[in-house]
This record gives sequence, C-alpha cells and structure tokens, in this order.
Amino acid sequence: MKNLWTITQREVKAYFVSPIAYVVSAAVLVMMSVLFVAILLQTRDSSLRPLFSNMFFLFVIFAPALTMKQLAEEQRMGTIELLLTSPVHDWQVVLGKFLGSFILFVVMWLVPTLFYVLILQVFGSPDYGSILSAYLGFLLIGAACLALGMFASSLTQNQAIAFIVGAVGLLLMWIADVAVAIVGPGAVSDALTYLALPRHFNDFFQGMIDTTNLVYALSVVVIFLFLATQVLQSRRWR
Amino acid sequence: MPDVTTNGAPTIQVQNLAKWYGDFTALDDVSFDVQKGEIVGFLGPNGAGKTTTMRILTGYMPPSSGTARVAGYDVFNDSIEVRKRIGYLPETVPLYTEMTVWDYLDFCARLRSVPDRDAAVERVMEMTSIGERADTLIGKLSKGFRQRVGIAQALVHSPEVLIMDEPTIGLDPKQIIDIRNLIRSLAGEHTVILSTHILPEVSQTCSRVLIINDGKIVAEDTPERLGARVRGAEHIRLQVAQAAPDIPAELEKIQGVLSAQAQADGVYEIETNLGSDRRADIAAMAVQRGWGLLELRTVSLSLEEVFLKLTTEEAAQ
Repeated sequence: MKNLWTITQREVKAYFVSPIAYVVSAAVLVMMSVLFVAILLQTRDSSLRPLFSNMFFLFVIFAPALTMKQLAEEQRMGTIELLLTSPVHDWQVVLGKFLGSFILFVVMWLVPTLFYVLILQVFGSPDYGSILSAYLGFLLIGAACLALGMFASSLTQNQAIAFIVGAVGLLLMWIADVAVAIVGPGAVSDALTYLALPRHFNDFFQGMIDTTNLVYALSVVVIFLFLATQVLQSRRWR
Repeated sequence: MPDVTTNGAPTIQVQNLAKWYGDFTALDDVSFDVQKGEIVGFLGPNGAGKTTTMRILTGYMPPSSGTARVAGYDVFNDSIEVRKRIGYLPETVPLYTEMTVWDYLDFCARLRSVPDRDAAVERVMEMTSIGERADTLIGKLSKGFRQRVGIAQALVHSPEVLIMDEPTIGLDPKQIIDIRNLIRSLAGEHTVILSTHILPEVSQTCSRVLIINDGKIVAEDTPERLGARVRGAEHIRLQVAQAAPDIPAELEKIQGVLSAQAQADGVYEIETNLGSDRRADIAAMAVQRGWGLLELRTVSLSLEEVFLKLTTEEAAQ
C-alpha cells in the first residue's frame, strides 16, 4: 500500500510540473463558468443540476486529456520497466496512477466549483441534500471517465492516440442508448441502455442516490482499471 | 563451471531457460549459475538474447519454459521477493525527465522501502559522482550524467544482485573508467551481471564471461581461460630479416606445423598442433637457412578474436 501511495504522489507532482494540468484545469474552469453563468441567468434556479448534467462534453474531452500520458508516456520512455521491476504489483502501478489523476481531478476541477455553491448560497437558498448528491455523482462520473482514459493510455505509446481512443470510448458510452434505434428492442438494446453513462448520473444530479447507479459507476472504474492492468501484463504472453 | 569458492547455493540459478515470441526464439535452453559476489559479463552481438535474459531475471517478463532463481526465489512465482533483491539498469535508462535527480532517486528508494532514504540517496550520488547535480532536472542532464543517475537508481537499495544492461553506453572514456572501477568495487558484496558488446569491458571488469549468440550460451569461462580454450591451435609469430617466397613451404615441412602464412615485411604466422611448442624447431630452421631471425613468439588470441570466432563458428553450423 505504501508503494501505491508513492506512485500516486509522484503522479500528482508530475502533473504540477507539466503544463497539461494547468491547461486542462484552466480550460475546464472557463467552460464551466460560462455554462454556470448562462444557466443561472436563464433558470434563476439555485441548483447545480442543470450545470452538472450539461457538462458531459467536458468529461469526454478533458478526462482523456488528463490520463493520456499516464501509461503511454511510461511505455514510450521505458520508465514502465522501472516500475514493473520494482517490488510493486502491476495493479498497484495502475491504481496508483489512477488515484494520481483522480486527486488532480478533485483539486483542480471539483474544488473550484465550490465557488458556485457559495454564489448560490449568497444569492439564493440551495438545497444542500441535492448538492451533496450532485457532487457524489460528479466524483463518480470523473472516476469512471478517468478509468476509461487510463485503459486507453495503456494500449499505446502515443499520447495522441491514447487521447482519441479515450475520447471516442467515452462518447460511445455516452450515446450507447442511441444505438437502441439501430438494434431494435431486445436484450442487446437493454444492455446498451444500461451501459449509457448519462442516465446513471442524472439521478445523482437530481438528488437521488440509487445503489444501482453506485454499482454501475464503481464497476466501470474497476473494469477499466482491470483491463489496463491486463494490458500491462500482456507483456507476459506477448 | 565456475571455479569460484562457494558457500551455499549460487545466488542466481538459471535452468533450461527459453523464451519465444511467436515463431521467433529469443532464448533457447540457457542454463548457468552465478555465485555470490561474482561479476559476470554477458557478451554477445545485438539481438543475441542478453536483454531477454535480464528481463526474465528481473521479473519484467516470464520465461516461456525453464526456471530462474535469484537468492533462492523463483523469478516468476516469487517475483516481488526477487525484485526486492535486485537492482536493475535497463538498456533504456528509465528516467523521469521532469524530476530532479534527488527527487527521482528518493522516489526509487521509496518504491523499494529503503529505511534511511536521505543517507541512501546521498551514498549512491557520491558513488556515481553526481552529487553536484542533486537539484538539476534530469531532462537537462547530459547522456553521461543520465547514465550515472540510472546506475545510482539501481544501487539505491543496496541490492544483493545488480543487473546492468550496457552500463557504460554513452559515456566518455574517463567516465567509462570510473564506472568500471565502481562495478569492480561492488564485487564480493554484490553479485553483478552486466551485458555488453564491448569486449575490453568484459576482460576489465568481469570474473567470468558468458558468450551468448542466437539465444544460446556458446562459451562460458574466465576471460583468460576462454582465450586459451578457443585456441584450437597454437599460433606463433615469426619475423625474419630476409623474406623469401619459399619460407612458408619450408616451415610447413616441420613436424607439427599445420600451416604458415606470409604477412607483411618478413612476418609469418604459423599455426601448430595444440600443446606442441615448435619454437625451437622453427628457430633452428631459421638459423640454419640464414633467414636472419628477428622475432619468434607465441600469440594468444585477444577476446575480440575469441568472440568473433565463437559467434561466426556458431553461425556456420
């Protein structure tokens, strides 16, 4: 466990010495703020729901941008050989790096939105129950998107490819239920409907914490981190 | 087999190791032992299987068949125990360019649970003479410094076994000497395996050489004995003042002389049966025929020739 934390710490530090964390965070904040102001002026509603449920495209673009270098760059530079020959399990490397990007996500992406809550508090009377639930959804959606991004990053040595694969993967998960129109009703369309990301998170944003949605989000995280670990381990039989 | 005094089992035991990628055989039935405190050199051309062997020993990838044990632990089944005991310098030095030298070595020490990290980092920085660069970003270092940071990383947890893939590549001559001295000073306490395709490196640093070619060990001995062993025949160099075209033919009349060839300026290279010293006969003939004997000595093959001979013979089979 100590080793896992060592890797996480290094990841967080690495973010702050590279421009990527600042560029992504600045971009996210600008986009979110524009959305927040536009939505607030229109709805006059002291709630985070409309903001959070409109942010999907930010996750599609910026989550893979945070994770694209995680494993791809290590594989390109050969530093992965250092980690994988250290007394550390492969899954600890993956989980450690994932936690690194998750911490960055929380600090640079989620924490600044607390300022919006402050504004809502000053000018209105927000419902803190639904705000807490919205934040839980925000954390889970972030974790799910970052995990998918990690998996994309494990597949290649090229950061640009990792980014595109991650973004396309997220888009497909976002619109999975659209494909229902193609396959028609049945087991496949039920599965696709279940897979689609937004419906699981809209409940959180509306103030509902449903265990099926919790299970869904955590399974997405576990599955993609597991797949990323398998890709790293594939060197064993390749 | 090694003629090193042992107490207990060898530190590294490799038995019938094989590795294939699809149809390509990278390692083919390789077996060897390394005793505690030995410095063993893997010598072979690029693509011979040196890196693959090292990657298996360090737990980076498993063998396709066969077993390897380090300090009694199986490299596949007890991989974590093995990794704790190994310091590894891969062929591509694994450096995070955005970190300072100190932070990087501290990170490596933490990964391997070194108790007193500051002392350990300072110790290896001194050993590899990179102390004055502690706060420099690794990305700003020259190739030679990066290589030394890589070596420092492999030493930071004082591993029982040190595995170095081409440790002196990219260094200038002065640094090469420093690193070789450093490696030699590790003998006894650490067990070292290094790979190289530079021959003098082996004879200068290693107590034993494994020559690897096409995934097989083609020879294994001390650098000196390897030279003697590969000499299928004794070579004698003769230099005379009066060069003549019939001299080789005359020399070949001596019993035990296999062949004689004229080189430049009255120099002749004579091959004789192994274990027979024909110098007296050759000297007598030279004096008797009035060739004007200038020089007569046995020639021992340099490791370069040994290496070339071993690897080309292997390919010819």
